[in-house]
Amino acid sequence: MLNMTVIYFISYLYLRTSLKLMFAFCLHSDEGLSKHPVSLETLYPSIKIKVYFALFISGKSKEAEIKRINKELANIRSKFKGDKALDGYSKKKYVCKLLFIFLLGHDIDFGHMEAVNLLSSNKYTEKQIGYLFISVLVNSNSDLIRLINNAIKNDLSSRNPTFMNLALHCIANVGSREMAEAFAAEVPRILVAGDTMDSVKQSAALCLLRLNRTSPDLIPMGEWTSRVVHLLNDQHLGVVTAATSLIITLAQKNPDDFKTSVSLAVARLSRIVTSASTDLQDYTYYFVAAPWLSVKLLRLLQCYPPPEDAAIRGRLTECLETILNKAQEPPKSKKVQHSNAKNAVLFEAISLIIHHDSEPTLLVRACNQLGQFLQHRETNLRYLALESMCMLASSEFSHEAVKTHIETVINALKTERDVSVRQRAVDLLYAMCDRSNAKQIVAEMLSYLETADYSIREEIVLKVAILAEKYAVDYTWYVDTILNLIRIAGDYVSEEVWYRVIQIVINRDDVQGYAAKTVFEALQAPACHENLVKVGGYILGEFGNLIAGDPRSSPLIQFNLLHSKFHLCSVPTRALLLSAYVKFINLFPEVKGTIQEVLRADSQLRNADVELQQRAVEYLRLSCIASTDILATVLEEMPPFPERESSILAKLKKKKGSGTVSDMEDSRKERSTNVNGSNDHIVTTSPSSDLLGLGHTQAAALNSASPPVTSNAASLLVDVFTESLPVVPPTSIIEENFSRFVCKNNGVLYENQLLQIGLKSEFRQNLGRMYVFYGNKTTTQFLNFSASLVCQDLNIHTTPADPVVDGGAQLQQVFNIECLLDFVEAPVLSVHFRYGGSMQNISIRLPITLNKFFQPTEMTSQEFFQRWKQLGAPQQEVQKIFKAKHSMDTEVTKAKIIGFGTALLDGVDPNPSNFVGAGVIHTKTIQVGCLLRLEPNTQAQASCSVKRTHIHAALYTLMTINCNIDYCSTDISKGKIKIFKCIFKSQHSQNK
Amino acid sequence: MIGGLFIYNHKGEVLISRVYRDDIGRNAVDAFRVNVIHARQQVRSPVTNIARTSFFHVKRSNIWLAAVTKQNVNAAMVFEFLYKMCDVMTAYFGKISEENIKNNFVLIYELLDEILDFGYPQNSETGALKTFITQQGIKSQHQTKEEQSQITSQVTGQIGWRREGIKYRRNELFLDVLESVNLLMSPQGQVLSAHVSGRVVMKSYLSGMPECKFGMNDKIVIDKQGKAGASDEAGKSSGKQSIAIDDCTFHQCVRLSKFDSERSISFIPPDGEYELMRYRTTKDIILPFRVIPLVREVGRTKLEVKVVIKSNFKPSLLAQKIEVRIPTPLNTSGVQVICMKGKAKYKASENAIVWKIKRMAGMKESQISAEIELLPTNDKKKWARPPISMNFEVPFAPSGLKVRYLKVFESKLNYSDHDVIKWVRYIGRSGIYETRC
Repeated sequence: MLNMTVIYFISYLYLRTSLKLMFAFCLHSDEGLSKHPVSLETLYPSIKIKVYFALFISGKSKEAEIKRINKELANIRSKFKGDKALDGYSKKKYVCKLLFIFLLGHDIDFGHMEAVNLLSSNKYTEKQIGYLFISVLVNSNSDLIRLINNAIKNDLSSRNPTFMNLALHCIANVGSREMAEAFAAEVPRILVAGDTMDSVKQSAALCLLRLNRTSPDLIPMGEWTSRVVHLLNDQHLGVVTAATSLIITLAQKNPDDFKTSVSLAVARLSRIVTSASTDLQDYTYYFVAAPWLSVKLLRLLQCYPPPEDAAIRGRLTECLETILNKAQEPPKSKKVQHSNAKNAVLFEAISLIIHHDSEPTLLVRACNQLGQFLQHRETNLRYLALESMCMLASSEFSHEAVKTHIETVINALKTERDVSVRQRAVDLLYAMCDRSNAKQIVAEMLSYLETADYSIREEIVLKVAILAEKYAVDYTWYVDTILNLIRIAGDYVSEEVWYRVIQIVINRDDVQGYAAKTVFEALQAPACHENLVKVGGYILGEFGNLIAGDPRSSPLIQFNLLHSKFHLCSVPTRALLLSAYVKFINLFPEVKGTIQEVLRADSQLRNADVELQQRAVEYLRLSCIASTDILATVLEEMPPFPERESSILAKLKKKKGSGTVSDMEDSRKERSTNVNGSNDHIVTTSPSSDLLGLGHTQAAALNSASPPVTSNAASLLVDVFTESLPVVPPTSIIEENFSRFVCKNNGVLYENQLLQIGLKSEFRQNLGRMYVFYGNKTTTQFLNFSASLVCQDLNIHTTPADPVVDGGAQLQQVFNIECLLDFVEAPVLSVHFRYGGSMQNISIRLPITLNKFFQPTEMTSQEFFQRWKQLGAPQQEVQKIFKAKHSMDTEVTKAKIIGFGTALLDGVDPNPSNFVGAGVIHTKTIQVGCLLRLEPNTQAQASCSVKRTHIHAALYTLMTINCNIDYCSTDISKGKIKIFKCIFKSQHSQNK
Repeated sequence: MIGGLFIYNHKGEVLISRVYRDDIGRNAVDAFRVNVIHARQQVRSPVTNIARTSFFHVKRSNIWLAAVTKQNVNAAMVFEFLYKMCDVMTAYFGKISEENIKNNFVLIYELLDEILDFGYPQNSETGALKTFITQQGIKSQHQTKEEQSQITSQVTGQIGWRREGIKYRRNELFLDVLESVNLLMSPQGQVLSAHVSGRVVMKSYLSGMPECKFGMNDKIVIDKQGKAGASDEAGKSSGKQSIAIDDCTFHQCVRLSKFDSERSISFIPPDGEYELMRYRTTKDIILPFRVIPLVREVGRTKLEVKVVIKSNFKPSLLAQKIEVRIPTPLNTSGVQVICMKGKAKYKASENAIVWKIKRMAGMKESQISAEIELLPTNDKKKWARPPISMNFEVPFAPSGLKVRYLKVFESKLNYSDHDVIKWVRYIGRSGIYETRC
């Protein structure tokens, strides 16, 4: 029956493609059913089956096949239509033929009814063909589905194991939602019922697995889950295997429900592992005891942390050791199946060891085992070994052990034929790198880079750059490495890499001289990569003076060297070089003439490119009119860069997805002792790709990078830098429209000449959702748009906003709000964006106030006043007496109270002019009932008295707000002053 | 120009592969196989573009012929060439089948070398080819050096299609007008589209280098003559007798300049069989048969069909090989047929009732009625009702074309027009002759 289950699952997949397979499977399944000795001849005696099918398979041509099939179909139609009822046997025969024709790729639009009829037959073969037809051909929305479900139901309750199996297979093969709906309750019952046969249990487990995959929401979790776990103890290994698959899937979803499976799984595993290969007769595959079950059990264990119980833990360790020991034994068979099965278990065991990451000895042993595989003949094994080692390298126990294999890995990198394996080797080298072997690994990677495949070059470049930076002992080595990198694989060196070099050089005084010297030497090469020219231009521009003393690198020689590359470069590089030249003017007054000559040349002053032209004009002018002092200030050395996360790392993470690299980085971060200042604060700020501000015009960069210049020499520079940078005013929190939203949920919150912010929100109990619309009122784009929310007592989920808002466009952002506690401060929304050249910052208080979480409550007059009187304690009451500046309209007031969130209780207060409201404030932690009473008083003097509740500083604020907006404006026309009294009474829900 | 030519069997195995230009790689062979022959959906377009390479294919029974090019060639030229290629192969070894191609592959390569040069079509006249490409069936006469050199001068000369010094004891000439008539008619009997495509095929066994002149009842010619001889022959050549030819193409031997100026067809004929001209007409077509269908659906499970055919030509003429094909729904489970004449049978393999009549004279009528039982299906699709199609052969030209004269002049040898024995035959066949029901 194991065969049967597997076959049915597999055969469904293969049916459509391979005829031969299908019939092979049929043969198999027939053999498996010893109780029903059916041969193909008894299934299809009258069809000369071989001839019949051979015709289709070796058909002369497509046309001949179609003719034959048309004829066959017409025959079957006439048989189905015929007056006399068909007996079960011929019905089965024709349905089988139809199925076969369908599998050949022809449409079948009849015969469904006959197939359904077959289901109610009592003969196995007839039922089987019926189910087969239905699993393959009936689509889920068919109107026959009710009949089919009925038949399946009958079979499931039939207690005949073969029929039950057929029905379960059919459910699994169809696996539609309707099926799941109909049988989601039934299948688990069969699975855990005590009297179910093993084979049926097995099928039921797999069927449930399939239903769980297609429609997990329909599977009821109930007490059966705990009993499923005990199937791991079943006598029948087939049942255990099927159940393990099911448990793995379920445990991944709700690990807590299946915790108990760990101990059972360990027990089962140890029994398998320690058994002699002859014990598990049917389940021994090429001398390996139950490899599939072992693998599944190991997978199941990977869903959980290491078991806490020492005994279980010891047993598991024992198992894993045994598996590792077995790998050392000489193979019992030369067949590839034997080694495959053995290694599958081994690798799964190793990944469990890595997952647990707690047993140093095991980790080291696993590492040694993998080390052996590194030199194995099998490419797949080498690949797997490298991949697992990558994981091992990040474990602190085995890191050293992995390092011992460095020679082998480097060798693999050089000699391996398969590119995917080489890629893994690179990954492993990266993972195993630390201070002790960084130099060697970086050197190896660099030398490999020259011959590496183009597809992985960029990644290697990034890795080299990161390793070089991270483990640099002295910066001369770092600078050498990166320059080498640019030389070898310039095309693959991304912007981030050379930005980073410059950042580091500028931030470290000790390396600047060396860097200038090295760059100067590197530039001597007749053909050098553009990236090198960029680095060279920047560094010489900044630190050229440090090597100017040497007559071999005098200022003029430096300048000529740079300028010799000028014409070969692209526009951005030329722009950079122009900036370097103007810096030269400051550094070396003696070359000023030469440089001015160059800038004055037509090719610069009248360059077709606006950027180059502008730079040439501005720099020339600057050098002519500015005094040396001003020049020195303007063209001062760049200030050190603020520390941020290495952008290269960010790029590598992005490239790899958030997969292994970042994990490894994170785990490694704690261990790696940093040599390098810049790595000390790896996660301080978000990575920015535009590290040097090179994206803006260099003029602006000069200006903004040296803030003192603007302040000191601003007046002098007016004629040079005509456009002044817009300065962003410090922003305060805007609250102007805040109070309007206390009683309403939708509207425009903020508007200026650039931006309009609109709101739409809804609240229910302690949850709320707010849609914020950012409308761009201008015609130009907002760049780098971001909006964030700061709040403590609210749990707010924000959908990310698009960084670009087109002119005239509207951007929507959704906040999902959960009220955790009562709160006073409404959250502040800060919006940043770049409009034109300037950053705009706007901070607005978002109208999320406590009263939004009011649920209105209806009360009778008696109840209300009973509660009202109960809440007499001073800290439970807030009262405020205030002047109304408005004429009071009853309807408006009523609307406001409803808008405030409470229920308006009509006819509760004996005084009809008073307003009374009640409601419950929901937060995640508590619920607070609140009563409200508003007493308009036309005669009394204006005064205000407040009592604060112990709970509600918040309510106090609210009340103030409410009172203020609603009534605090003077109604001059009537000349009257009205005074209202508003009382809030509140209470913990616990008190009720 | 054609970059290469491949011949495949029905399984997609390459039988012949001849590449003329470097831009066609080996993978082109596979590309066609994968994308056309083995395509999931049947490829109906004869031109397929795969990776900037164009494939032009024709199918003969189970054999695919595909011409390949990377350039922007004249597709009509390529197909003309492919058809010519089929003709040549048929003339050399009979039916184009896998076996014949395998048996003659040396010959085919030789032919391909001759009729395509660097992808440019060359002389593909079967008669001319047979003089110098000789294999098995085509025995080479013991040619002297002189004769061989003659071949060269003839093939490269002005009249490449005929060699000099041909002598026959009996000068004979066979002329066949072969037409196929295509029709699509609505159930009510309205003609939706109709045209005749015809060919004039000649077999000439004439001595020397004769000059021939062919005349037919072309409307333009008749009108011209009518004008010229308006005085004496005014009433005789009535408009009915002439036909309007929409377009026509000629064998290379026809002098086009003369046709353009005088609209007269004069030529030096090749020896043996050739196709003199091809034409198409759309006006005043004589439709030999009229099909009147009557289909009635009785409930969901029954269909009654009645079809009447009427012959519409002179009672003295006999139509032959008449076959009416009435499509049946896909869920047919049984058919009962009654017909007055001929034999009718339900062919399940073709999903059609096929009604065959051996002979039928003009101005007659015959009828078939059938009851079709249907099996209810769960498919809601309605039956598309494909048209009823018909096949036949009639001994006249449905376009109305008449051969007026065929004159032979041979100045050097002394035989005159009267000495030549001439045979003329008209055959009208059905092309796609369909009536909707």
